[in-house]
Amino acid sequence: MLELLDTHYNYFAVMLLLGIGLYMLIESRNLVKKVIGMNIFQTGIFLFFITLAFRAGGNPPIIEDGGGPYVSPLPHVLILTAIVVGVSLTAVALALIIRIYTEYGTLDEDKLKQLYYD
Amino acid sequence: MIEQLPVLLVVLPIVGGAVPLVASLVSDRAGWPVATLTLVGQVGLAGLLAWTVSTSGTVSYAVGGFAAPYGIELVVDGLSGAVAVLVAVVSLGVLAYARQAGPHSNTFYGLFLLLVAGLTGMTVTGDVFNLYVFLEITGLAAYGLVASGRDASAAVAALKYLIIGTVGASLYLLGVGYLLAATGTLNMADLATKLGEMAAYDSTLVLTAFGLMVGGLTVKVALFPLHTWQPDAYANAPDTVSAFISALVSTVSAYALARLLFSVFTVEFLTAVPVARWALVGLACVSIVAGSALAVSQDSVQRMLAYSSVSQFGLVVAGFAIATPLAVVGATVHLLGHAVMKGGLFAATGVIERKTGATTVNGYAGMASRVPLPAFSFAVLSLAMVGVPPAVGFVGKWYIVLGAVNAENWPVVVVLLASTLLTLAYFARLVERLYFAEPTIHAEADETTVADGSGQAVSFGMVAVIVVAAALAVALTAAVPELQRVLEETLPPLLNQ
Repeated sequence: MLELLDTHYNYFAVMLLLGIGLYMLIESRNLVKKVIGMNIFQTGIFLFFITLAFRAGGNPPIIEDGGGPYVSPLPHVLILTAIVVGVSLTAVALALIIRIYTEYGTLDEDKLKQLYYD
Repeated sequence: MIEQLPVLLVVLPIVGGAVPLVASLVSDRAGWPVATLTLVGQVGLAGLLAWTVSTSGTVSYAVGGFAAPYGIELVVDGLSGAVAVLVAVVSLGVLAYARQAGPHSNTFYGLFLLLVAGLTGMTVTGDVFNLYVFLEITGLAAYGLVASGRDASAAVAALKYLIIGTVGASLYLLGVGYLLAATGTLNMADLATKLGEMAAYDSTLVLTAFGLMVGGLTVKVALFPLHTWQPDAYANAPDTVSAFISALVSTVSAYALARLLFSVFTVEFLTAVPVARWALVGLACVSIVAGSALAVSQDSVQRMLAYSSVSQFGLVVAGFAIATPLAVVGATVHLLGHAVMKGGLFAATGVIERKTGATTVNGYAGMASRVPLPAFSFAVLSLAMVGVPPAVGFVGKWYIVLGAVNAENWPVVVVLLASTLLTLAYFARLVERLYFAEPTIHAEADETTVADGSGQAVSFGMVAVIVVAAALAVALTAAVPELQRVLEETLPPLLNQ
């Protein structure tokens, strides 16, 4: 078990981040914390992709830099795109939260539900 | 020119979407003409592309000149050509509705065109990661559009949609990661060959990838336990937006699911791993029954229509999962027909609400005499959705059921036939109220609704859209043989027969 933890610690970090993010997303009553949870969940996925690219003893994928083996550049590019998407989603979510707060005066999900369905 | 068509189809609405934002500096009302011009061009391009595909086969474009497995490939075959035309035509129709119904701001039309770009991108892409990017573009634009309603409740619905939608898209992305780890490629055609060569359909890695990707997309399609964002989003968004996203967003996601099933995992995967097929068929059947049951119990007409979508998409996904050529043709016909019918129904609820103030099932009682033409179109669209013979709803369901019978999937046949009765249960009730019940809302409501704002008037364009949708719901039946021919040319490689 300890050995597995030592060699696969990044996968455990991925699972931990996914779990924490999803838990916050579902359990937290505060809307801002929900958005933070969403970000943590996405970060877990980013880390998973970066882990995919890793290669023991690999160099950064720059040709002049002393030769291979190189780390796979593809997942890094994908994740750069996914991070941009994540930032835009967060921006939209926060804008919506501001709108909700100015109208209902609360960020608490339960109170919001009461106001919303009345 | 023909080779560049797939990419022009995506670029045109993106460029068009930027124009209204710049035009805001000069005029507040530039959005609608710009959007109309762009979408007329879009319909032309999509039509030309579909015609090319139907006469001379699949069109493929390598973005940036990077060849297929390394670069991003855009591929248009019979299936995606039909969906691209649907997206262009329906968005143009919705614009005719939006002219009077608003929202009128330039930012709204910017988002509108961005959504068209995202949907078209999802349709033409041949790369699983690129699909994720377009999925999120579609999502971002849809969240913004839902929130564009005047009430703050629209913002709450949009936030709910955003959070659930993001989790769905993120799960899909995680699935893409698993697939990349298993095969080292992202191109759909390449993935299909690599997965076939590996002959490791039942490896944990591939199965997890399948589960995550399908799970993520079913959130966007809104199948039963994952549908919770949909009724709020449809009911709180402005009428224009409900008509638009109910017609297209889930439809294109269901198309993406089909693409994933047939172009990436292929039918051999479904045959090799029966549990995957059964899980999908089971989910679809639960969705059909639960969606109808929830629809019957709704009081608000728009919520009823939203739950009806949950049930109808169950039908479509069941058709795709059965995966015999007949069932797939049926599912495609129902997918395209449903977009026209559901968009038309939402547009009709908007007109009926503006004219009479009726929003609930009881409120609709006796309204046929007050709004004869919209009510008649509403009734025609409802009956088409139930599957009364000359309408396109019947053809789709008939083919799906025939496909299920051919596959000897008897439990599914029973659910599919029962679904028609369930659909009848909620639509017949509404049509009966419309024509044969005593009105519960009287003419005074009319004056107050119209008096409180100029935005409440109903224009010729709005009624025309509904009438055209109703006519199309019947007339599309004539186009089914042609669609079937194109699909059968495209599908044998997909279905490997």
